[in-house]
Amino acid sequence: MSINGQSGTGPHEFASPTTSGAARPVRRAVIVGGNRIPFARSGGAYTKSSNQDMLTAALDGLIARFGLQDERIGEVAAGAVLKHSRDFNLTREAVLGSALSAETPAYDLQQACATGLETVLGLANKIKLGQIDSAIAGGVDSASDAPIAVSEGLREILLDLNRVKTLPQRLQVLSRLRPRDLAPDAPSTGEPRTGLSMGEHQALTTAQWNISREAQDELAFNSHRNLSAAYDAGFFDDLLTPYRGLAKDSNLRADTTLEKLATLKPVFGKSLGAEATMTAGNSTPLTDGASTVLLASEDWADAHDLPKLATVVDGEAAAVDFVHGKDGLLMAPAFAVPRLLARNGLTLDDFDFFEIHEAFAGTVLSTLAAWEDDEFGRTRLGLEGAFGSIDRTKLNVNGSSLAAGHPFAATGGRIVASLAKMLQAKGTVEGRPARGLVSICAAGGQGVVAILEAL
Amino acid sequence: MTDKYTTLVNQGVGKNIAKRLGLPQPAVLRRFKPGQPLVTGPVLVQGNTAGADELAAKLLSWDLDVRRHAVPREKLGAIILVLDELTRPEDLEKPVLSAAASLRDLGPSARVISISRPAAETASPAQSAARQGVDGFLRSLAKELRAGATANGIVLAEGVQSTSPSALAALRFFLSGRSAFVDGQFLTVATEQGHLPPDFEKPLAGKVAVVTGAARGIGAAIARTLHRDGATLVLVDIPASGDHLAAVANEVRGTALQLDISSADAGQRIIDHAVQRHGRLDIVIHNAGITRDKLLANMDHGRWTSVLNINIAAQLRINEALLASEHFRNSPRIVSVASTSGIAGNRGQTNYAASKGGVMGMVRASAPLLAANGGTINAVAPGFIETDMTARIPFAVREVGRRLNSLQQGGQPSDVAEAIAFLASDAAGGINGDVLRICGQNLVGA
Repeated sequence: MSINGQSGTGPHEFASPTTSGAARPVRRAVIVGGNRIPFARSGGAYTKSSNQDMLTAALDGLIARFGLQDERIGEVAAGAVLKHSRDFNLTREAVLGSALSAETPAYDLQQACATGLETVLGLANKIKLGQIDSAIAGGVDSASDAPIAVSEGLREILLDLNRVKTLPQRLQVLSRLRPRDLAPDAPSTGEPRTGLSMGEHQALTTAQWNISREAQDELAFNSHRNLSAAYDAGFFDDLLTPYRGLAKDSNLRADTTLEKLATLKPVFGKSLGAEATMTAGNSTPLTDGASTVLLASEDWADAHDLPKLATVVDGEAAAVDFVHGKDGLLMAPAFAVPRLLARNGLTLDDFDFFEIHEAFAGTVLSTLAAWEDDEFGRTRLGLEGAFGSIDRTKLNVNGSSLAAGHPFAATGGRIVASLAKMLQAKGTVEGRPARGLVSICAAGGQGVVAILEAL
Repeated sequence: MTDKYTTLVNQGVGKNIAKRLGLPQPAVLRRFKPGQPLVTGPVLVQGNTAGADELAAKLLSWDLDVRRHAVPREKLGAIILVLDELTRPEDLEKPVLSAAASLRDLGPSARVISISRPAAETASPAQSAARQGVDGFLRSLAKELRAGATANGIVLAEGVQSTSPSALAALRFFLSGRSAFVDGQFLTVATEQGHLPPDFEKPLAGKVAVVTGAARGIGAAIARTLHRDGATLVLVDIPASGDHLAAVANEVRGTALQLDISSADAGQRIIDHAVQRHGRLDIVIHNAGITRDKLLANMDHGRWTSVLNINIAAQLRINEALLASEHFRNSPRIVSVASTSGIAGNRGQTNYAASKGGVMGMVRASAPLLAANGGTINAVAPGFIETDMTARIPFAVREVGRRLNSLQQGGQPSDVAEAIAFLASDAAGGINGDVLRICGQNLVGA
């Protein structure tokens, strides 16, 4: 089959029927590769770019890398956390603006910061079930081009105005307008049920698990150092396509030092006074960016002469009751991972790479601390003791969100594509395929985690 | 496509003023478009040799309007001067003066093409003189032609027929709009190798071609031209140019390979990508290059080595990998982009000219290595080409650079691309180790 889709599964051809759905065996879903645009600090290079612009750019880079021009992909799924109401069909619109076949269906998905990873899992499941042969998962977010809504008061007045018919009625509705109604309603990272920002929530968790400032700064430092080394080694040459003059993540500080990080003043946990540890250096900044991942059945990848980097083995979502303070807002992965590993008969020792999204350095360290805590293991996870600890040299080895930045929905795609490439390079370990764990926390007390394996 | 001045002097008042003031009046050149006729009118074949007869018969078989004798006042598309059996300088007179009588009948963008033998390949002083005479004659005639007409020559090595594949392919190239900005140049057909394509509109069908520096300018034009001619493309550029590269790749339905060609494993990565993704590798176009201009007195280590490293050392390394690869043995083609700076020199470009001179040296010495597998390696040397790079040259300098050639204008990136596509084709298999200038017969240099 031509990689350009000139033959084979053309626009209106159908895959040959196999067996009825009930008897059809589950097959593997493989990661072919990925593409993202460099992540830009909010208010920077992508200030004038919309979510649709960035997602289209990320798609077009993926299409160019893998020769998918005019290809009808089984399905494309992506999403954004900060989304304009006009972007009700964001992903489909991005597909239509890309070099893919216009006959490629698409849907939007939204699960806060887990959006990107959840698109990977959902589409991989469809491939495993034989519903589709190819898919593109992705995510995009712009904190610069965020939607600003009118106030609730003005919104009600405008809707009422639309409903009434006569001029006197209209004037009457308009007379309800007060100056305060004209103040716009900007989005925030505050949790609707607690009013606390994500950073303030994490500050409480960080303090609860006694995570030191030094440990957080060290994690941030490693993130920058590892990401910088990855760029220098050309690791991102086939994972990234420049956009708007940016060829590297603009948040990356290759020359940062532990000393510099130590000088920063705390920005979250002000109520903790001198105990506050979370700074702009060990927290992710607001970021703009987009990422995509090409998924396929093995047959589709082979027929298109495309690489197969890794398989999507399994995934798990969890949520915590942060509203009543039972657990920290971003602690759901601490529960999701033990459940996922138990289902797959694995322990933390069976992994070669850990990709734990660095929403805040404190998030990663609190999660690791919980897993190493006997009481947490017994009382919260129902284990005999601590869940376990990880080899820190396997953690975020090519950097993570503290250095790269975190355009909410785009982080999952960034991690999955990078991890798949690392797994493929690693190959086999002690006779088994190299294995990696992805963990992403999300607003609303949620978390999504996944296992990938080299082929 | 044409610069503003050329547009101005080709219409209405501007045309009159330019004529009265004796200003340069560059013509709008005939450039190739798919489906376009090969020539604009009848083709006059001059010469009484067997080679001339065979060639005329071949042109007839292409459905061209062929004349063996001039018809008075008939507009001509081309004059072909077959001078393949010259024995002494006196032999030149008859065909040359017959052609002279028809020069005024040449239409716009018409062609004069000579077919001769190499001066070096004869022991007879008189014969060598006659053959070398063709060189001076044709280059002078090229400077006399007007209205976008050009004169170029094909030099057939001893024993190579006028109807050999590469002789015919070179003839078609020179006759067509593909050679719009090639003027006063010779191509040597060294062997009878090569195959004419089943479809002249898709001479590169089924081929997999790599183009370096494909994100912009001449590289992007090469990609578009090779795609038009039927090739499947791998487009290479540095990671920092990846967005432009992706746009070109999506336009020509190729794959983008973000790669620094100066990295040690560049050749192997190019081969691996082409073979894994497209199943083969037939053509490599070394187009990527940089300039870091400085007078030699002010030259530093960084400017010198970066230019030499990217413009020539990287090509040498990649060629080594290609020649060692079992995937590059089926009549492979390499075409390198040199520069007229490398021939004539250019102030402020000692580093660049050294690198581009180096490209031509590399091509000459690599030719036998490629020939071992039925392959070829050639170079093109562009003169003043209208690109983003030349658009940044100060106005006055740019105007001088543009007008100082027989066609009184700058070339287009597509002009370079057309020559490359020709040299990369199967039909050009008999042309090896050659350098073709695409400069409108620039007044500086050879």
